[in-house]
This record gives sequence, C-alpha cells and structure tokens, in this order.
Amino acid sequence: MKAAVIVFPGSNCDRDMKVAIEQSLGTPAHMVWHGDSDLPDVDLIAIPGGFSYGDYLRCGAIAGNSPIMREVVKRAASGTPVLAVCNGFQIATETGMLPGALLRNANQKFICKDVDLKVVGENKRFSGAFASGQVVRFPVAHHDGNYFADDETLARLEGEGLVAFKYADANGEVSDATNINGSRNNIAGIYNEAGNILGLMPHPERLISEQLGGTDGKLFFDNLVNSLN
Amino acid sequence: MTEITKEIVAEHGLSESEYERVLEILGREPNLTELGIFSVMWSEHCSYKSSKKWLKTLPTEAPWVICGPGENAGVVDIGDGQAAIFKMESHNHPSYIEPYQGAATGVGGILRDVFTMGARPVANMNALRFGRPDHPKTRHLVSGVVSGIGGYGNCMGIPTVGGETNFHASYDGNILVNAMTVGIADTDKIFYSAAAGIGNPVVYVGSKTGRDGIHGATMASAEFDDDSEEKRPTVQVGDPFTEKLLLEACLELMATDAIVAIQDMGAAGLTSSSFEMADKGGVGIQIDLDNVPMREEGMTPYEIMLSESQERMLMILKPGREDEARAIFEKWELDFAVIGKVTDTGKMVLTMHGDIVADLPVAPLADSAPEYDRPWVKTEAPAPLKADTLPVPADLGKTLLNLMGSSEIASRKWIWEQYDHMVMGDTIQRPGGDAAVVRVHGTDKALAITTDCTPRYCYADPETGGAQAVAETWRNLTATGADPLAITDCMNFGNPERPEIMGQFVGCIAGMKAACNALDYPVVSGNVSLYNETNGTGIHPTPAIGGIGLLKQSSHMSTIAFKADGETILLVGETTDNMGQTIYLREIEGREEGAPPAINLEQERRNGDFVRASIQAGLVTASHDISDGGLAVALSEMALAGDRGATITLEDSLPAHAALFAEDQARYVITATAENAQTLLENAKKADVPLQILGTTGHNELKVTGMLAISVSDIRQVHSQWLPDLMTVPGH
Repeated sequence: MKAAVIVFPGSNCDRDMKVAIEQSLGTPAHMVWHGDSDLPDVDLIAIPGGFSYGDYLRCGAIAGNSPIMREVVKRAASGTPVLAVCNGFQIATETGMLPGALLRNANQKFICKDVDLKVVGENKRFSGAFASGQVVRFPVAHHDGNYFADDETLARLEGEGLVAFKYADANGEVSDATNINGSRNNIAGIYNEAGNILGLMPHPERLISEQLGGTDGKLFFDNLVNSLN
Repeated sequence: MTEITKEIVAEHGLSESEYERVLEILGREPNLTELGIFSVMWSEHCSYKSSKKWLKTLPTEAPWVICGPGENAGVVDIGDGQAAIFKMESHNHPSYIEPYQGAATGVGGILRDVFTMGARPVANMNALRFGRPDHPKTRHLVSGVVSGIGGYGNCMGIPTVGGETNFHASYDGNILVNAMTVGIADTDKIFYSAAAGIGNPVVYVGSKTGRDGIHGATMASAEFDDDSEEKRPTVQVGDPFTEKLLLEACLELMATDAIVAIQDMGAAGLTSSSFEMADKGGVGIQIDLDNVPMREEGMTPYEIMLSESQERMLMILKPGREDEARAIFEKWELDFAVIGKVTDTGKMVLTMHGDIVADLPVAPLADSAPEYDRPWVKTEAPAPLKADTLPVPADLGKTLLNLMGSSEIASRKWIWEQYDHMVMGDTIQRPGGDAAVVRVHGTDKALAITTDCTPRYCYADPETGGAQAVAETWRNLTATGADPLAITDCMNFGNPERPEIMGQFVGCIAGMKAACNALDYPVVSGNVSLYNETNGTGIHPTPAIGGIGLLKQSSHMSTIAFKADGETILLVGETTDNMGQTIYLREIEGREEGAPPAINLEQERRNGDFVRASIQAGLVTASHDISDGGLAVALSEMALAGDRGATITLEDSLPAHAALFAEDQARYVITATAENAQTLLENAKKADVPLQILGTTGHNELKVTGMLAISVSDIRQVHSQWLPDLMTVPGH
C-alpha cells in the first residue's frame, strides 16, 4: 500500500500525519507539494491539518481552489480513499468533496484538548478498529471546527449513516454539554456517500503511543493501513 | 532638510549628553535619518545601557554551553551532535497597548531569534503578568494576549507547551508578556550574525517593509503616561503564515552552505540588524535603500531604517550564491532582494535615489553606546513573619479550597487550551505539570522546559527573589527527571533612573548569579525590559527565568500525578514557620509582608540531585516541587492530576498553617512503592537530604489527619472554575 500526504505552504500537521501513517505502514509516505499538479499513484491520500495558505480568508477557501486539490478531487471521485483531518476537512468541504462547512467555534476561541468521540457510522476502512457506539479519544486543535450543514443535508448524513464521529462524554453520551465547538448534532467527522472520504476535525495522528497519552490514533491508522493492504 | 532642534533630539529619547556624544562621533550634525538610527541603537531596549554593567556579572559558561549571550539566542549541547537553541524575550509595552498583536509579534520575534541560528523551533513557552483580576482592563488584556500568543504559535505549528501567569496590582498599568522559544539544530549547522567577506552580497528576505512599528524600540524604553494609547501605531502587526514560509525557506537555504551570516530584523528593524552584523564582523556595509522591498510608496530613508515590520531577515551570502538562494525564497513566495554589500570601510553607508542619506561609522555607534552606572540603593530585607503571630484558621479544609481557587494557584487550563500544545507530535508532558517535556524528534531524548519567577519574593528581597527564580526553574526541571542545562532570563523592571528600582535590579542579579553558580546552571541568553512604569509606579521586579533540561531517556520522565493507590508519599526538604510573602498570607490574611522563604543553595542542590537521581533510577512514581501555597497545594495538585486522593499525617512540631502552607524552598513531594520508599530513606540519609514519609495515596479525598479532609472533586471544582469565571463577561 502507498500513501501520499498533501503539503500546503501553511500545513503544519504534515509531519505528524507522515509519522502516524509510517508507524502503521512501515514504509515512507509520499509528501506531495501543493504546487505539483500530478499525484503519484497511491492507495490513500491524506490532507493534513494546518493553515494551508494562511487561512486569513475562510479556512481552506484558497486551498480548495489549488491545482493539487483538483487532482485530489478527481482521484477521490474514482474511489481513492481520502483522509482529511482538521484543515484538511475544511479544505474538503470547500472543494465540495464533503457537504457542509466548518464555522468558527461557538466560543470564538481556539480549542486544543483531548476529546471523547462516539463512533457512529460504520465504515470498515476508516473505523473498522472500533465498534459502533464505542468511545474513542483523539485530540482537537482548531479555531474553526463548528460543523454546519442545512437541515436536509443533516438528515441525509444521519439517515445514511454518514456521520462518522460525534463529540461525546466518556460514556458515549452525546449532549450540548459535550459539544465543544457548537457543531450541529455534535458532528466531529463525516463520510461522503461512497464512503471513501473521511473528514474529521479531531487529530487521530496525535495519539499514537502511550508516551503521547493514548493509542486510539494508532488503532485507527493500523486498521486503515490493513484495510487498504 | 529637517533642522535638528533640541526638541527633535528630545523626541528621539536622547539626552543632551548623549547628543553631545553623537556630535563628537560624527564631527558634524546628524541628519534626521542618522539621528533616528542613533536614537534606536542607543535606546535602552537595544543598547542595555543601564543594565550592561550588571548583566556582565552573570555566569555564562559551562562545558555544555556552545554559545552564550550576545547572539540571537543561547546554544547548549544536548549530545549526539545536536544543540538546543533558546531565548526568552519581552514584548510588554506593545502588548499593553494592543494585546493581540503585541503578544503575537512577541512570539514571532522570539521564533525568528531561534530559527535565525539554524534551529527548527520545537516549543514555545511564555511568562505573563497581568494586573489585579478585578482591574477593568485585566479581562481584555488576558483575552487579547492569550489569543495573540495562540494565534501566532498555532498557525506556525510550533506547540506552546506551557508557561506561567500571575495577577497583581503592580501590573495594572504595565502587563508583562515574555515569550520563549526552544529550537533544535545540528551543532555543525549553527548560524551566527557576524558579517564577513568584503564584497559579499547583503540580502533582504521575507515580508516587505511598511510604516508599522516605527520607533517601537524607543517606546519600549520609556514609561507610560495617560497618553500611551496614542502609541498604538508603533505596535507591529504579525503575519504568522509569512513567518512559517520564512522559517521553511531559511531552513531550506541553511541546509546548503550559501549563508555567511544571518540576523533577524527585530526591534529597530533594518537599523539594528545591519549595524549588529557589521559590528560583529568588524566590517562596513553599503545599502541601497531603493532595493529594499517596500509595502508603500514614498517611504523615506528614516521610515525604512526604523520600520519594525515583522517577518524579515538580513543575510550575507557567499558570492555567486544569490540565484540558488533566490530560487528557494521564490518557491516559498517571499521577497528576496540584494540590497547592498559588505565593505571594508567600517562604515554604514545608505543611499537612496543616488544620494547618500546616511554615512555613519559602525563601531563607535555600536560599541560606544552609552553605558551607565546608575545609582542604586539596596532593598532592606524584611524580617521573617512567624506563623505563631497568625491565628490558625478554624477550618483548614476551607482554607485550602480558598488557596486552590485563588488567582495565583487556580488552574491555567483556560489559557493553555487555546494554545496548540501537541502539534509536532512530540509533547510528552503537556502544560499543567512542573515543566513541559518535548521529545527531540526521532530520538529517545527529550527536553524539559519551564518558566518561573515569584515577583512578590523579588519585591520583598530582590537577592533572595532572584536566586529563588533560578532555583525554582531548576527544581521544576529536576522534578521531571531532567538534568538542568541552562537558563535564559527576561529582566522586567521599572524605571532604572530611580535608585530603588536600580537596587532591585542589582539585587536580583546578585541572587541569580549565586544560584547559577551553585547549581552549575549558566545564563546563555536574555533580554532586559526597563521602564515598566506608569505615572511613576513601577511593577514588581520580575526577572522571569526560562530553564531547559535534558532527559537522556524520555522514558525516565516523571510527572506530578499520583499513579496508583497505596503508594508511599514522601516529603523532601525542611519546612519552617516563616509565613512571609506566602500566598497564604496574601489570600487569607490579606497581607503582603515579611521575608520570602530563605534560600539555601547547597541544600537546594543536594535535595534536587537526590530527587533527580531517584527518578532516573526508577525509584519514584510521581514528583512535584513545592512552591506557591506550600505542601497542601502541592499534594492537591498531585491528587487532581492523578484523580485520586491521599491520607497524610504531619508531625506536630509546626503550627498547622505553617506545616500546610509555608513556602520553604528546596522541597519536593515524591511517591514510591512501599519497598522503594525504604530504599529512598536510606539513600537520603547518606546524601544528607531531609526525607520523611507523609502518608499513602488512595481514596477520593485528601485527608490530613487532625487537620482537614476534602474530596478531590471539591478541590477540582474551585481549582478549575476560577479563571473561566473571571473571563466570563457578565451578562453573557
């Protein structure tokens, strides 16, 4: 299996993503510079966190129109799995690969902490390591992670099992009290209809060893790599 | 041409005698551009004219020090051909006037100081001081400073891993924002700032120059008055995305051997960077200002030279390497301009539109900056305040809760949750412990980092306070199991022209010197911020110390959290009945009096070496230094972090409030298995280290026999709520 990590000039979780993928994969990931318009032939494309082009405009708005993203959209349409984390999720919504938008956090502040997430939709590739309803812990680190979609889209996401993770408590209870950033329906991550794209605000690549404070992220990547091998 | 009148000279912050010196050096009157250059170069901020005499007395050497003070940052060897490069710097005046941008550009500036030397920054820290919590400006300033620090570091992708925050009325009109960055470089790839090679190109990279921040260094060298708001235009505006590009582009170019010297443009911008580079190299520089990338049209030489636009660097390249370097900066979409060359004239010659607009001798301007031996008076050390002069509170549990929910001790989580403290994937000890710990990427080593100072101690007794600040950083590093290496200092004081303020400075330096010597823990970089006064009232003396230590094996790291039930809790060090300057005295009695806890540096060293060796030998399961609020607060913090309680029995040789809340130094709480506790007791005896068993971990309350019993959740409630409550705007 081969993986590529897209690198924008303001990406800053690109190395973390590379380390996490390589820890599970055992071979190097391709780092693909935003200025390149051709992607290597890979089995997984990761769009990492950061501030793509500074994000002084809407987060991911400029990256969404970059040449490399046109290529990523094409690959995704033909079925290549795409993991879009944090700024990657924001970029994915800007391209239309995923529905909805990420607004400023309800408290108007950057939030960095570990959060409990309830695994919702079933997707063997991305969440096969976890049972539906299980609680996993990944960190968040964002200023604009407040997921918004209109009622119709929301109903479709919920109805078709496309909600991947929800902000919850340690017992899996999903409530306003566990909604860290104001996301509609506590949504932390979603799949596209075909199930080959996962966009999520939390960072699984940050909890990949006991020394870093947890291994749920390692389980996530181990499963992802195994399912694509 | 503008005539240089007395008024213009005064507006530039130069005294009459300083201006006399300018005339002497030049043998003529300066023009306005030249006067502006003298003004910033001789500002307190750039010239250290009041502090130099005393800073020189600090120890700066050790076998592991690669580069001490004088460069952009200090450099220490961390083994395996790697070095840690670090510095702390103040951005106080701008942050008070415009908290978001002031703090953000403070972070940007210190990051540049570190990556200028070839290091990739791996951690940011900060030391913040605000006015009293209920001061009308405090909430606004805390909110702006914290988002500014986060806004810059988060975008750069450098984790902000911790720091410290105090609130005190002495900072009502002058907050302190001290930012620290630590980076890692290969020891054979460290870059310095001395210009060399006659004819070599002088290259400008980064952002364009605008009219922002002109005279920022001069502002930072004066007291505030009621019109300080008008100084808003002198505050710079930060662009962290451009800085991220600049970081990556510089590191990419540094991987080649094209650079001779490099210096960031910080305070006093192009002026100070070009003069420092020329002066260190003993050469001249000729610059054609027409080639400086400019954001606006019609900028004058004066504005170009004094602009403090951010995210800019000045480099000397090897001849013929311009195209290679230009390609890298163009890839990162940054300006790259050859603006001049190194000359053998020893002069700084600036031209614009074909005219010479400044012609100044480098060495006299840089080296003959005024140096003052300002008059000072020693602060009289107050007497200790004995516990038996204070009533023992009827409800000690309630007293502990009061302290845990006080401004000094309450959780800073509200702050650090706004900082990305995990990016780069190497943060193995997050904020909230004694020190933050980040792994050296790709190795089994880790760096422990902390910032500390107890300004109320420094105010009461500068010498003790200066020593305590250094010792506390050393203790915090020790408590993680790290070997302390070196410090950076950020000396924040009032107006040095007042002898009592100068006396505080002299006293703090003396204390720091003694501690650095006793602990083999030199100063390798630093910064001085004076004139932190408003309408004649100075801040508490605040020598903020940033310390770093090395864990050769990151798996040896210790944390403050109680790990398991049934473990033995031990106290390292001795407790006395001095309650002077304690948080207890301030919060419970409403008094800020007496002598701060005494410092015994020999005992400090023995106790610390014992704790560290015990951690590294695997005998310790948790460790925490005892500081603000004393033993009871330290135990509470360990209980909170481990989410489990403890049962403690204290000897009755001291009054209860002293045993629980005295702030005696050189003390730690450690835990161990019952078996290892016996080994520790034997080892301590041999090492002449006072060690006693306090009790056992377990259950969900903190119980001190005969004194108090409170549930961990009640402690958590008061500890976690204070800051969010403060920051919640009434009515929202």
